Amino acid sequence: MSIYFTKDHEWINVEGNVGTVGITDYAQHALGDVVFVEVPEAGRGLTKGGDAAVVESVKAASEVYSPVSGTVVEGNAALAEQPAMVNEDPEGAAWFFKVELSNPAELDELMDRAAYDAFVAGLE
Amino acid sequence: MAETTTFSGNRALQIEEPLIFELGSAGRVGVDVADAPPVDEDRLSGLRRKAPIGLPDLSEPQVVRHYTRLSQKNYGIDTGFYPLGSCTMKHNPRLSEKMARLPGLVDLHPFQPQKTVQGALEVIDTLAHWLKGLTGMPAVAMSPAAGAHGEWCGLMAIRAYHDDHGENHRRRVLVPESAHGTNPASAAMCGYSVDPVPATDRGRVDVAALKAKLGPDVACIMVTNPNTCGLFEDEILEIAEATHAAGAFFYCDGANYNAIVGRVKVADLGVDAMHINLHKTFSTPHGGGGPGAGPTVLSEKLAPYAPLPFVVHDGDGLRMVEHPESSGGAKPFGRVKGYHGQFGVFIRALAYILSMGSDGLRQASSDAVLNANYLLARLGGTLTPSFEGPCMHEALFDDRFLKDSGVTTLDFAKALIDEGFHPMTMYFPLVVHGALLMEPTETESKETLDGYVEVVKALAAKAAAGGAADEFKAAPKYTPRRRLDETQAARSPVLRWKPGSNA
Amino acid sequence: MRYLPHTEADRRAMLAAIGAKDVDSLFRDVPAAARLDQPIDLPRGQSEMEVERALSRMAAKNLSAGSVPFFIGAGLYRHHVPASVDQLLTRGEFLTSYTPYQPEVSQGTLQYLFEFQSQVAMLTGMEVANASMYDGATACAEAAVMAARVTKRGKVILSGSLHPHWRETTETTLKYTGLECETLAPDPLAMEDLMGRVDSRTACVIVQNPGFFGGIKDLRPLAEECHAEGALLVVAVADPVSFGLIEPPGAMGADIVVAEGQSLGMGLQFGGPGLGLFATRDKYVRQMPGRLAGQTVDADGKRGFVLTLSTREQHIRREKATSNICTNSGLCALAFTMHLTLLGETGLVRLAELNHALAVRLETKLKRVKGVRVLGNSYFNEFALYLGEDKDASEVVDALAERGILGGVAASRFYPEWPELRPILLLAVTETTTESDMDALVAALTEVL
Repeated sequence: MSIYFTKDHEWINVEGNVGTVGITDYAQHALGDVVFVEVPEAGRGLTKGGDAAVVESVKAASEVYSPVSGTVVEGNAALAEQPAMVNEDPEGAAWFFKVELSNPAELDELMDRAAYDAFVAGLE
Repeated sequence: MAETTTFSGNRALQIEEPLIFELGSAGRVGVDVADAPPVDEDRLSGLRRKAPIGLPDLSEPQVVRHYTRLSQKNYGIDTGFYPLGSCTMKHNPRLSEKMARLPGLVDLHPFQPQKTVQGALEVIDTLAHWLKGLTGMPAVAMSPAAGAHGEWCGLMAIRAYHDDHGENHRRRVLVPESAHGTNPASAAMCGYSVDPVPATDRGRVDVAALKAKLGPDVACIMVTNPNTCGLFEDEILEIAEATHAAGAFFYCDGANYNAIVGRVKVADLGVDAMHINLHKTFSTPHGGGGPGAGPTVLSEKLAPYAPLPFVVHDGDGLRMVEHPESSGGAKPFGRVKGYHGQFGVFIRALAYILSMGSDGLRQASSDAVLNANYLLARLGGTLTPSFEGPCMHEALFDDRFLKDSGVTTLDFAKALIDEGFHPMTMYFPLVVHGALLMEPTETESKETLDGYVEVVKALAAKAAAGGAADEFKAAPKYTPRRRLDETQAARSPVLRWKPGSNA
Repeated sequence: MRYLPHTEADRRAMLAAIGAKDVDSLFRDVPAAARLDQPIDLPRGQSEMEVERALSRMAAKNLSAGSVPFFIGAGLYRHHVPASVDQLLTRGEFLTSYTPYQPEVSQGTLQYLFEFQSQVAMLTGMEVANASMYDGATACAEAAVMAARVTKRGKVILSGSLHPHWRETTETTLKYTGLECETLAPDPLAMEDLMGRVDSRTACVIVQNPGFFGGIKDLRPLAEECHAEGALLVVAVADPVSFGLIEPPGAMGADIVVAEGQSLGMGLQFGGPGLGLFATRDKYVRQMPGRLAGQTVDADGKRGFVLTLSTREQHIRREKATSNICTNSGLCALAFTMHLTLLGETGLVRLAELNHALAVRLETKLKRVKGVRVLGNSYFNEFALYLGEDKDASEVVDALAERGILGGVAASRFYPEWPELRPILLLAVTETTTESDMDALVAALTEVL
């Protein structure tokens, strides 16, 4: 099991051929109180860097981009009911969707935890 | 906080007011409607309503009191200083209201025979004459209903021109990052893609970046001038020239036209199309969010594509052209709304323009710019101006002066409410961090501005002294309602009253 | 100048504080070639009296609707507006406030918008309504775009019952969006059959009810057909007074209802400003254009109202917004909601009954005019009168005007390209129409035909 990060503040946790995707604690903090989440339906094809989900606070709307290409296995239906979960547990229970990777080599272009932490520190 | 010490929950002139649905009592009525004459057989084809609607029944005195009390929970220009940047909140003359109620002007149907409405067509034509004269532009599309609607209208004319000239591959629109959100949204409605242009550290369009982005697929640029940072785009002639050389058009967002009326003809800036917000520049009331009007001036090239309807001089009378067949060879791109435009708004704008005249309009923009520069000068040492002046009709500051105070731009604005002022525009334009955009307009006297300056300075000093963050966050305290929970409103939307569910 | 407070002394003092020698120097960023040093060559300012005189002169050149027997409708109706509506509308706190972005000082506007949204949802039989659009025509166009967004489909079917201006506005709006319009022929007999036209590419069907020519239809079969194909049914309504008497679109299966709200509160105003009503189902609320007021609580836990779900809008979503609309028709919504609150359920139903009864009465009286007949067999307060094969309704309208009667509007004013519509005259009545107005029309028609 390994976790990777994007510059758009998504994380992906890969187990076997399936990645679980969410937004980072930094991202939820920047958005503020999350009021709405839209996750993709199972079966939808995703391309790396393409729109996959939507997350909104009162004053901001943001696309969640897919860190990898593949097919959606499951969207997290609980988020639609309880968008506040994104603020409470962004890198745990508030995952957005699971995706079956079509090209695992794409993971090589992502950051690991240490690289992402350094990236975020550089944004301040 | 703000503990209520009355039995009723009211605080003197601030009276708690229920929803109309909580005031009604079946059988009351606020309008006496005559009995319908007997009908042998109705013509409703069996589709008579089966269930009641559920509307509350109130009497006239209840209704008058309800809306009077609601009005007392609002801040208007009539109440006080309203320095909302980008919105031009200036005095709304009551003569305009009176004129807009002359039965001979308003009790008219748009489909009366044109011979019976020559005076109404004259109102439209006279206003159009002024708008063309002031801008130096040869044509104006009068029917757009608001600024954003005018933007779309102007872009539609551009798209129609390019289609008509075998250039329908031009689909990219260059929009500065500091633009109003309506600009990219309007472009998207015309099937255009939006390509953002960065700003320089002088708060202006990066001309080199813009030139680099121009190309054979660019339909137009959309530039607000004066721009949303309150600055005049001093390289505008170069921008226009490069744009035209690339075969693209220059759309100017006219939201800030109030700074330059009578001092600059936009035709002299190379503009091909610009909407004019009559509800800003020409003083028709904002009305809590409309109705506005956004007549759009057009260059010679774009004029033939103006939408229907429009007024033409025909023999010794005026004629409203309603169909392409009778448009005398024009190529209107279509129709943007029902009927003949925001006529009620036209009357008000015309009354204002005739009152001011060309001399008064020039004086108004001069005073508007003077007032903004006065705020910039007097507050410049206390707040942190984002750019060097002179500014045009609005002064822009950012939140550096609040650094380490624990007070945000929002908190600061809310504290101003308790002091009796409407806040400035916050967090816009997006190119400045924690923006505070103040547009004083020519309406405000020196005394009003001085009073405001003293309060802003006092609040800034209080924030800077430290330890006041909680107090700022608790503001406003003296309003009918304190800060409202917008997160709850968006997470669990309650968008209407339903029996028993809105307590 | 009476609207400008500065004295010359004020200006000098302010320039000194700025450190500028004159106002011209504040405009130094304007390229010299574009600077004007004189007022533009247009008339100078005038006193109140002079302006009043100038506009009164223009007013005197018009024949106002209230001064003669009047039968024009075609999407805009001359209803009586109670005096208190206009009196309250001029309160400065309503008139001179901005869009309610600062909710603590805008509870008045926000509460009436919330009440307005509730009333519109109730009238139309829908679940949710927005805080208004520019007018019925633009609301109709926005509905088409929204339906395409909801269904992710590209074809919009416009019924021949739709007001021609609403149709043209919708066609224009869709022109460059990549969506396709299928527009059906005008339908004066309300005989159009839409069944079978809806397919898997159809985003929505837009019908007007009562139709532009007056006919009222049971829309339930069409709604079923649309839903079976995965399309939406959009219903347009021109006179909201009709909601008092006719089964609401929501009860007949509509997914979006758009209407022109001018009938209540606003008077004719030569057709503008209008008030676009826009209502839909809860499940589509995030795809809806326009502003929304919502209920919440303040820091003390008291009920209050805010603008909400703003992330749909242009100031946040920019090119991805549901619409570019910003300014809408706030004050017109206030006029509408005040008029409707005065009427209440009791008043609106009585008003609708009266309108319909007077229309039936006019039809009865027209039986005295030889050779004319009402087309179709249903209507609310407006119907299409067929004047006879060789008659030109536009000439009849002019002849009536010469006799001091504003006797309806010729269908050919909207459809010059359809010669078969030339003999059709649209006639509308409201509670403002008197018995003697009708008799005058009947007498004059007898004379000119």
